[in-house]
Amino acid sequence: MIQDPKIGRTVIAKRVALELKDGDIVNLGIGIPTLVANYIPKGVTVFFQSENGILGMGPAPEPGYEHPNLTNAGGSPVTFLPGAVAFDSATSFGLIRGGHVDITVLGGLQVDEEGHLANWMIPGKLIPGMGGAMDLVTGAKKVIVAMTHVEKGGVPKIVKKCTLPLTSVRRVNLIVTDLAVIEVTEKGLLLKEIAPETTLDEVLKYTAASLIVPEKVPTMPVTL
Amino acid sequence: MKNKVVSVEQAIEMIPDGAVLMIGGFLGDGTPELLVDGLIKAGKKNLTVIANDTAFPDKGIGKLIVNKLVKKVIVSHIGTNPETQKQMIEGTLEVELVPQGTLAERVRAGGFGLGGILTPTGVGTVVENGKQKITINGKEFLVETALRADFALIKAKKADFLGNLVFNYTARNFNPLMAFAANVTIVEVEELVPVGGIDPNEVHVPHAVVDYIVRGNAK
Repeated sequence: MIQDPKIGRTVIAKRVALELKDGDIVNLGIGIPTLVANYIPKGVTVFFQSENGILGMGPAPEPGYEHPNLTNAGGSPVTFLPGAVAFDSATSFGLIRGGHVDITVLGGLQVDEEGHLANWMIPGKLIPGMGGAMDLVTGAKKVIVAMTHVEKGGVPKIVKKCTLPLTSVRRVNLIVTDLAVIEVTEKGLLLKEIAPETTLDEVLKYTAASLIVPEKVPTMPVTL
Repeated sequence: MKNKVVSVEQAIEMIPDGAVLMIGGFLGDGTPELLVDGLIKAGKKNLTVIANDTAFPDKGIGKLIVNKLVKKVIVSHIGTNPETQKQMIEGTLEVELVPQGTLAERVRAGGFGLGGILTPTGVGTVVENGKQKITINGKEFLVETALRADFALIKAKKADFLGNLVFNYTARNFNPLMAFAANVTIVEVEELVPVGGIDPNEVHVPHAVVDYIVRGNAK
């Protein structure tokens, strides 16, 4: 498995980026999902949506060009790309809940065998609030979880059943980690790809849920 | 015709201790900072604040929390303000967490004369606890009730003297929704122009819902 966590995060971001199709409307969560914007494949144009009211969000501005009223959902300065739109929170969540966002990429604390995601609180420990996550998972056309395969200390995050409070009962579609790509299917979790420098045994060892393992599992088509 | 323009002090004087306030802004972007500072200066107490988040300790609504003016918040996110979590754990601040899209719709419903809304968000999670569920065409929805406030404190880029409002980029967020949902709406504006100075096509919020205008340009 990949030892350097920074390379691991990059691999996750690069692999998620391959899921984006030309013309997609995409919402990226904070953390690893944000990195996806750096690896959009050539020839693919996507429109980034931000909960605080942007469609067509661009990267951070050059220093000195920040506008106090042009920020992303994390409060950091961003830019508009040509064709961008600004709108209120009801319209923003109309896009999200109404099924008009093609792909949402979120971080995860746990995903279980049924494809349920928990990513907004650890009772008694971490209670930041759900923000827009519940609406995003409930409403987006495709939900991709981008997360490290295990917690610090090697505790699996892909589990039989989530013990943390769920974000939604809507199943996620795809799990991309630094060890594997796993699709949530009607029959269960299907192992689609294994990360570079990673063995099947390692994936199985660090996954606490049952995986459907095809005879041949290809390596993720990403470079380190 | 009533003149809607008042000073910060006149605006704040109208707000009693214990009032329910809606305050615009998303992590401080689009929050009426002069009005927030006015609340702190006047030492208001036991406020209930309905807002997207509690921003940062030194910005927007976060300053109200740090100064202990607030007894309850109804918000979608508190993760950027450690002071909110601290007061919540100490038991001095009640925190009601609401999914962001649901919060927007509850405020919108309050302002648009609706009793509430039906949303799939939160079904099967802790958010559904204590709420009525309705099945429509085989799909489950939560009944989320409308929210209203005594005062809405909002921020716009521009107003005319009637109170027609234009917002700036991502500073719009909850502001236009809250303008409708309070008994008294007070807007802090960066620019005040003569009536007729805003193209009717450009107006984001009609003057009918704006009661008072405070001029100011907080940084």
